Amino acid sequence: MINLLWLLPLFPLIGFLILALTGEKLSKPAVAWVGVGSVGLSALLTAFIGAEFLAGNRDSYQVVLGSWMAVGDFSVNFGLYLDALSVTMLFVVTGVGFLIHLYSAGFMEADAGYARFFAYMNLFVFAMLVLVLADNLVMLYLGWEGVGLGSYLLIGFWYQNPDNGYAARKAFVMTRVGDTSMALGLILLFTHLHTLDIQSLMLDAVNQWDAGTQLPVVAAALLLGGALGKSAQLPLQTWLPDAMAGPTPVSALIHAATMVTAGVYLIARTHELFILAPPVQFAVSLIGAATLLLAGCSALVQTDIKRILAYSTISQIGYMFLALGVGAWSAAIFHLLMHSFFKALLFLAAGVVIYCFHHEHNIFKMGGFRKAMPVAFWSFLIGGSALAALPFTSGYYSKDEILLAAFAVSPGLWAAGCLGALITGIYSFRLVFVVFFGPQRAEVKEVIGWRMILPLVVLCMLALFGGILSVLQIPLESVFQLPVEGGEHHGFSFVRVVTIAGPITGLAIAVLFYLTGTFSTQRLNAVHWLKLLQQFWFSGWGLDSFYNALLVRPFKRIAELNKNDVVDSAYLGIAQISMGFHYLASASQTGRLRWYAASMGFGAAVIIAIGLLS
Amino acid sequence: MILFALIAVLFFGGIAAWFSERWSPDAPRWISLLILAVEALLVFLQYSIIDPVDYMTAGGFTAWIADLKWLWIPRFGISFHLAMDGLSLLLITLTVFLGFMAVSSSWSEIRNRQGFFFFNLLFCLAGTVGVFLAVDLFLFFFFWEVMIIPMYFLISIWGHEKRTAAAIKFFIFTQVSGLLMLLAIVTLALIYRGNTGIYSFDYFDLLETTLAPDIAYWLMLGFFIAFTVKLPSVPFHTWLPDAHTQAPTGGSVILAGVMLKTGAYGLLRFVIPLFPEAAHQFAPVAMTLGAVSVLYAAVMAFAQSDLKRLIAYTSVSHMGFILLGIFSWNLLALQGSVVTMLAHGISASALFMIAGALQQRLHTREMGNMGGLWAKIPQLSAMTLFFAIASLGLPGLGNFIGEFLVLLGAFKVNVVLTVLSALVLILAPVYALIVLQKAFYGPLQQSYQLSDFGRRERLSMMLLVLSTIWLGLHPQTVLNVAEPSLQQAMNCCQGIEQ
Repeated sequence: MINLLWLLPLFPLIGFLILALTGEKLSKPAVAWVGVGSVGLSALLTAFIGAEFLAGNRDSYQVVLGSWMAVGDFSVNFGLYLDALSVTMLFVVTGVGFLIHLYSAGFMEADAGYARFFAYMNLFVFAMLVLVLADNLVMLYLGWEGVGLGSYLLIGFWYQNPDNGYAARKAFVMTRVGDTSMALGLILLFTHLHTLDIQSLMLDAVNQWDAGTQLPVVAAALLLGGALGKSAQLPLQTWLPDAMAGPTPVSALIHAATMVTAGVYLIARTHELFILAPPVQFAVSLIGAATLLLAGCSALVQTDIKRILAYSTISQIGYMFLALGVGAWSAAIFHLLMHSFFKALLFLAAGVVIYCFHHEHNIFKMGGFRKAMPVAFWSFLIGGSALAALPFTSGYYSKDEILLAAFAVSPGLWAAGCLGALITGIYSFRLVFVVFFGPQRAEVKEVIGWRMILPLVVLCMLALFGGILSVLQIPLESVFQLPVEGGEHHGFSFVRVVTIAGPITGLAIAVLFYLTGTFSTQRLNAVHWLKLLQQFWFSGWGLDSFYNALLVRPFKRIAELNKNDVVDSAYLGIAQISMGFHYLASASQTGRLRWYAASMGFGAAVIIAIGLLS
Repeated sequence: MILFALIAVLFFGGIAAWFSERWSPDAPRWISLLILAVEALLVFLQYSIIDPVDYMTAGGFTAWIADLKWLWIPRFGISFHLAMDGLSLLLITLTVFLGFMAVSSSWSEIRNRQGFFFFNLLFCLAGTVGVFLAVDLFLFFFFWEVMIIPMYFLISIWGHEKRTAAAIKFFIFTQVSGLLMLLAIVTLALIYRGNTGIYSFDYFDLLETTLAPDIAYWLMLGFFIAFTVKLPSVPFHTWLPDAHTQAPTGGSVILAGVMLKTGAYGLLRFVIPLFPEAAHQFAPVAMTLGAVSVLYAAVMAFAQSDLKRLIAYTSVSHMGFILLGIFSWNLLALQGSVVTMLAHGISASALFMIAGALQQRLHTREMGNMGGLWAKIPQLSAMTLFFAIASLGLPGLGNFIGEFLVLLGAFKVNVVLTVLSALVLILAPVYALIVLQKAFYGPLQQSYQLSDFGRRERLSMMLLVLSTIWLGLHPQTVLNVAEPSLQQAMNCCQGIEQ
C-alpha cells in the first residue's frame, strides 16, 4: 500500500482538473461526487497507508517520482517522504478534510459557484498534501504557496463583495511576507549546505554547524518568519480574523484544521535546525505565549461568532508554538491533531447556526437556540469543552502535556499558558451560553441534511475521545528521538492542580457572567478604562491600524503620487527643451525683409569681429 | 542552410503576405499562419540535428550547433555570419511560438490594411530571429534596426489614441541607444584592426581583442546602454509603458514577449563575453539597476489604472531579475535568467492578449470602468487569474523557476541586493491581485453583453497555459538546451571570476 503514496495528492488534483475544466456544466450531484469523492479516495488510501505504517516497524519511507530541476550542484526532485509526523498530518488533511468536504456538499448546495468552490477546495487539499509529503524544501514551498493560493481563492470566493476581496488579498500578501522570509531561508540553507532535501539537510546542519552560531540562527529565524505568516502568529496574525469572510467550511478546513498549522509542521519538520538555534527556539516559545494571550483577550470581546473562533485558533496555535519553543515537539503535534478535531467541529457547528439563521454572525442576536438547534448545540458544547480543555476531553490531554513541558523549561511560560487556559475557558463558554442559553431571541429551525450532520457527529466523537483513542497515539518519538516530555509530573502536585484548575475557573466565570447573570458585563462596561481596553482588544490590539498607518497608507500614497513616473519627467524635460529651441528658431522666421536684413548685418558684424579679435 | 532559411522564410513570407492582400483582404493572415508553420517546422528540424560545429571546436566554442558564413563586404571584414547555440535556439523557438500568438490575437482585431500589418509583423519577427543568430557585429546591428522599424509602423498605424507620440518615443529611445552601440562596434573593430592589421566585425575575432581597461569600460557602456534601453531597465524604461499601451495586441505580444529579450540576449552574448573585466567591474552597478527595476516597477505597476500600462510595468520588474541574474554571472543565475526570459515572454504575452481581448469587448483599458466581469466571462477571468498568479511567481509555474534560480545564484554574489530584490515577492501579489479585484471581482459595473473566449482565443490560451506549466514543472528541457551555451559563455571569462 505504501508504494501507492503518490496517488494521495493525485486524487484531489484530478478532481480539481475535472471541475476546473468543465466549469459549471456538470450537474450539482456530479460536482459533489467528484469534489467530495476525490478527497474521500485520498482519505481511504490514507487509512490503509496509515494502518500499514503504524502496524509495521515505522521506518520512514521516501520515494522519488521524478526530477524537477538540476543546475550544477542544485538539484531538486519531486519526492515524497513519509514518517510518523507526515502520517499524523495526513490524517488531519484527508480525514478532517473529507468530513469538511462532505459537509460542504450540503452547505454550499444553493450556491451558484458550486463547481468553482469544490475546484478550489480540491486544489487546496492537493497543495496541502504536497506540503506535508514533500521530501525537500522547494517542493514543500510549492505546497506552501499552493495552500496560500487556495486560501486566497476561497476567502474571496464570494467575489461580488469587495470586502471579501480585500480580506483575501490581505491574507495572501501578509502570508507572502512570511513566505519571502522562508524563501530566503531556503536560499541561505542551500548556499551553505548545498542541498535542500530535508533529511540530508538536517543531518548536514547537525554535523557542520555548532549550536548557537550565526548561520543556524539566521536560517532558523528566516524559516520561523514563514511559519509566523502561515500560522498567523505575532506579528503577522492580523489576516486571520478577516479571513473569516470565506464560506464557513473554508474557515474550518483552511483557517482552523490544516493550513494555519503548516507553520507548526514546518518547525517540527526542521526541528533539528531549531535546536541548533537556541535564541530562535526561545523566541518561538515567547511568540507563542504572547500570541495565545493576545488572541485570547481579543476572543473575549468579539461579537461575530466566526471571529471568536478565529481568535481562538490564533490562540491555540500559540499553544503549539509554545510547545515547539520548549522542545515539546510531539506535544505540539498532538495538540495540532486534537485542535483540528474540535476546531473543525466548532466551525462546522457555527456554520449550521449561520446557515439556519439567515447568515447572521452576531452572537448577541442569537440566544436560547439550545432546543431549536440540538445538533449545533451539542456540537458546540462538546467542541467548546474540548477547546477549553475541560478534563477528559481531547483538548485536555494535549494542552496538559504542553503546559507541563512549559513548566519544565520556564515557570513564566507555564503561567502564561495557564492564564491563557483560563481565558479560553471564559470565551469558549461565553460563546456557548450566549448563543444557546437564556431566552430564545429569534425563531430558528435546524434544517440540515445528513451530509452536514454526519461530519458533526464524527467530529464530536473525535473531540470527546480523541485524546484517549489508542489509534491516534501516533508514535512521534521515531521522528523527534526524544522521550515524551513532562512525564515526571504525574501525581498530585501544585503545578498539576493549577493546570487543571485554569479552564474550570474560566468556565465558572463564564457561568457567573453569561448563564446565571450573577455579574453583568454592563457594570464592567461602565468603567471607562475597561471600556477602552475592550475596544482595544476588539480591534485586535490595534495592530491593523498600526500597519495601515505605518505601511499600507504610505505605500499607496507614494505609488499614487508617482503614478506618472518621475523618471519620465527627465525625458519629457528634454523634449520640452527641444520644443523650446524649435519655437525660438521658428520665431526668427517672420517673413519680414527688414528683420532678415538686420540679422544678416548683425551676423556679419559678429563674424568680422571674431575674425579681427582672434 | 537552415539558419538562412529561418530568416528568409519570414522575410519573403512578409512580402508575400503584403501582396496577397490584392487577392483577398483576409489572405495575409492565412499566409502569415502558413509562413509561421513553415518556420516552426524549420525550428523543429534544428532541434533534431543538434551536433557541435566542428571547425569552431578548435577555438574552444563547442556549444555552437549550426553555422553559416557568407562574404558580404569583404573590404571591411563584414560577413553574413550566422551561428546558433542552445540559447539562440530557445529564443527563436519562443519567437516563433509567440509569432503564432501575435497572429492569433490580430486575427479579428486588425481590420484595415491587413497586408501591410502582417508584412510588418513578419518583418519584425525576421529581424528578431536575425538578432538571435547574427555573430557578425555589423550584421547584428543591421538586424537590430530591421526589427525596430516595422515595430514603429505597427504602433503608429494600428495603435490606439496616442499612437504617434508613443511610436516616436519608442523609436527615439531605441535609435539613440542603437547609435551608441554602433559607435562601440565600429570603435571595437578599429581597435582590432590596430592590433592585428585586418578589418573584422566577426564576433569570434573580436572576442580575442585586447583592450585597454578604460577603453573597454566605455565600449562596454555603449553596448550596455543599448541593451538596457531595450530590456528595459530603470532609468531607461519609460518608453515601454507608452509603447505597450498604444500598440495593437499583436504588437504588444511581440514587443513584450520577444523584443525585450533581445536586450537580455545582447547582454549575455556580447557585453560580458566581449568585455569580461569591464563587465565584472561594472557588475555591482548593473545589479543595483536590476534590483531597483524590480522594486520600482512593481510599485509603479500597482499605481496604474490602465491595464496595459500595469502589465508593461510588471515586465520592467521581471526584466530586472534578468539583469540581476546576468551580472551575477554564475550558472544558477544565468539559467534563471534564461528561464525568466521564456516564462515572462509567455506570461506577459498572455496578459497582453487578455488586455487586448478585454479592450476589443469593452473598448476600454481603464480598470476603473470594469468590475464584476467574472460573472459574465468566466473563462477569460480564469485565464487572467492563472497568468496573474504565474506572474507573481507561484511555484509550479515557469516564472517561479526563473526567479528562484536567479535569487539562488545572485545570493552567492551579493546578499544585500538579492534580499532587496526578493522583497518583490511581497509586492508582486499586491499588483497582480489588484487586477483581479478591479476588473473581475466586485459587483458588475454595467449590464454588458459580453462574449467569452471564442475557439481561437481558447486554443491560444491553452497553449500558453500548458507551456507555462511545462516550464514550471519540467524546466529541465530548457535548462539542458541552454546549459552548453551558458557554460561556454562562462568559460570565456573564467579568469576574472573572483
